[in-house]
Amino acid sequence: MMEPTREQMLWMYQTMVASRHFEDLIKPAYFEGKQPVFNMAKGPLPGEMHLSDGQEPCAVGVCAHLRPTDAVTATHRPHHIAIAKGVNLNDMASEIFGRANGLSGGRGGHMHLFDPRVNFCCSGIIAQGMGPAVGAAMAAKLRGRDDVAVAFIGEGAANQGAFHETLNLASVWKAPVVFVIEDNAYGISVSKRQATAVEGNAERAAAYAMPGHFVPDNDPDEVFRVAGEAIQRARSGGGPSLIEIETIRLEGHFMGDAEGYRPEGEKTSLQEKDPITRYRARLESTGAAAGDLDALEEDARSRVAAAFDHARQSASPKPDDAFTTVFA
Amino acid sequence: MQEKKRKLTIAKAMAEAISLEMRASDDVLVMGEDIGKLGGVFGNTLGLLDEFGPERVRDTPISETGFIGAAVGMAAAGMRPVVELMFVDFFGVCMDSIYNLAAKQSYFSGGNVTCPMVLMTSVGGGYGDAGQHSQTLYATFGHLPGLKVVIPSNAHDAKGMMAAAIADPNPVIFMYHKALQGMGWLGTVQRSITHVPEGRYTVPLDKAEVVRTGRDITLVGLGHTVHIALDAAAALEAKGIEAEVIDLRSIAPLDRETILASVGKTGALLSIDDDYHSYGVGAEIIATVAESEKVRLKSPLKRISYPDIPVPFAPEMEHAVLPNCDKVVSTVSAMLEARAHV
Repeated sequence: MMEPTREQMLWMYQTMVASRHFEDLIKPAYFEGKQPVFNMAKGPLPGEMHLSDGQEPCAVGVCAHLRPTDAVTATHRPHHIAIAKGVNLNDMASEIFGRANGLSGGRGGHMHLFDPRVNFCCSGIIAQGMGPAVGAAMAAKLRGRDDVAVAFIGEGAANQGAFHETLNLASVWKAPVVFVIEDNAYGISVSKRQATAVEGNAERAAAYAMPGHFVPDNDPDEVFRVAGEAIQRARSGGGPSLIEIETIRLEGHFMGDAEGYRPEGEKTSLQEKDPITRYRARLESTGAAAGDLDALEEDARSRVAAAFDHARQSASPKPDDAFTTVFA
Repeated sequence: MQEKKRKLTIAKAMAEAISLEMRASDDVLVMGEDIGKLGGVFGNTLGLLDEFGPERVRDTPISETGFIGAAVGMAAAGMRPVVELMFVDFFGVCMDSIYNLAAKQSYFSGGNVTCPMVLMTSVGGGYGDAGQHSQTLYATFGHLPGLKVVIPSNAHDAKGMMAAAIADPNPVIFMYHKALQGMGWLGTVQRSITHVPEGRYTVPLDKAEVVRTGRDITLVGLGHTVHIALDAAAALEAKGIEAEVIDLRSIAPLDRETILASVGKTGALLSIDDDYHSYGVGAEIIATVAESEKVRLKSPLKRISYPDIPVPFAPEMEHAVLPNCDKVVSTVSAMLEARAHV
């Protein structure tokens, strides 16, 4: 089993903190201009906003093994994955604020972040990043490189046609790709139990002749171990793997979601399982000094805060910019 | 005795129509993502789960090819499924079930197998949701033979059109515009919230409506752009211009007669829609008039639509490219000005 080094554990911790702080700074900004009456069109962050609070272990445990040349495709809930993959914080924040110096100059917004410098992209359409991940993996394979691709999806996406087609395709082609399911138990309001025929999606790997792994309890170290094995297998020509991670969504599907579909008390019990708090306790109990962890947190938070300042101070695009880049 | 006014949003009017049709026939059922407990992301199935239970109000997995294909099969068996796919932008994953199955079931069977299903979906942007959640795609669906494509501009029509859609033996794409839906969090054009009679009634799916009469120019809109046209007509009235406004209500079939009768009277046409420009709704309306041998035009035919670019996220870009009242007023003014100088 591949164990995280101390340095990797601290990187995972700090990256989770950065991701959470990113979402924490979005929260008040999102509600600017949307109060007292919530109107999604208003304020500096219009449109839907899908926060990743609670799902950070999935991103860091996987991305700890990746290099910039490895490809990642992510979901409509992409911030934690983007940050763990190394997307530039300033450019990402600017994009989410719709600024001219954002990743796509404000054309894409929070669900459509593309950063080719670190081979990251995401899409608002469920499961549709899986095919592109297989393509990225095959491009590396055909060019004789040992880069891999990772497709992140939610557990709801495992019921899409694209899921089953790409798993089969990846297996037939022995593509160096890893499929990672973040199982946060809900597709918007519909629970996994209501929507999914099998107990766990890792079981579905058997239908496509690839290893399937289940990672319980949202544990970054366990994600690291399992993902490390799958990525190593892909890198060394062994073909694809499927991993399902049991994670938690601490916020609604999108900001403004009243979450009336959750059983009573569920939200509180989830908050008690906050993976960042738990991981800090583990680090402290295995010898990390509280002051050192505080310093890591402070560094992460200040970089994120600087990115938000950068975004807010940046210029908006001009109306005519809408017409450029439609074609290459 | 005057009927008491019941002001409803389009969302509530749709839910009410579905509820009444479900009470009237056990063949009617509802399927889709988040349509049960949540009541639909855009509120148009709210209350149905409580009234009819999970057998007839079915939350589906995110498996559109599967459940829309299943709806086609249910429809073939004589049921009347009302299916929701929350954003029109999401249809790419299941288009085959729609344009190769649902749309062709009647034709491939020589009319022996029908496809009485309704596919509800939201359209439209303007609220910063970017290019995979803000399209309208009217023309994409209007282009495909075998599908009826309708879009209400107000709650009264929404209820009657939903009832008519459920009763129709053909697949009906029932589009509702987010700017009119009555979900507080999206803001709503107040004019779309109208009096809705309590009982069952239908509004035809093949008849446009003249919602304002005028002699100088015909403005044609659908869904949200009906309201843009009405706002513009009010602004133009102050300048002494009388605009006639047509609410298309349906693009397939397209009520060409109502358009031709109006343009025959006014001699001028401006079509306004928020779908992509090229090969779009406006092009079809202009072609309809251009092909007529009876209509005598006083001005070149014009259209305002959404440019041929994906929907940008940043409001500075998105708002600039959407149709709006000012664009209509200035285009009409320029058209009539040019006419005056001929």
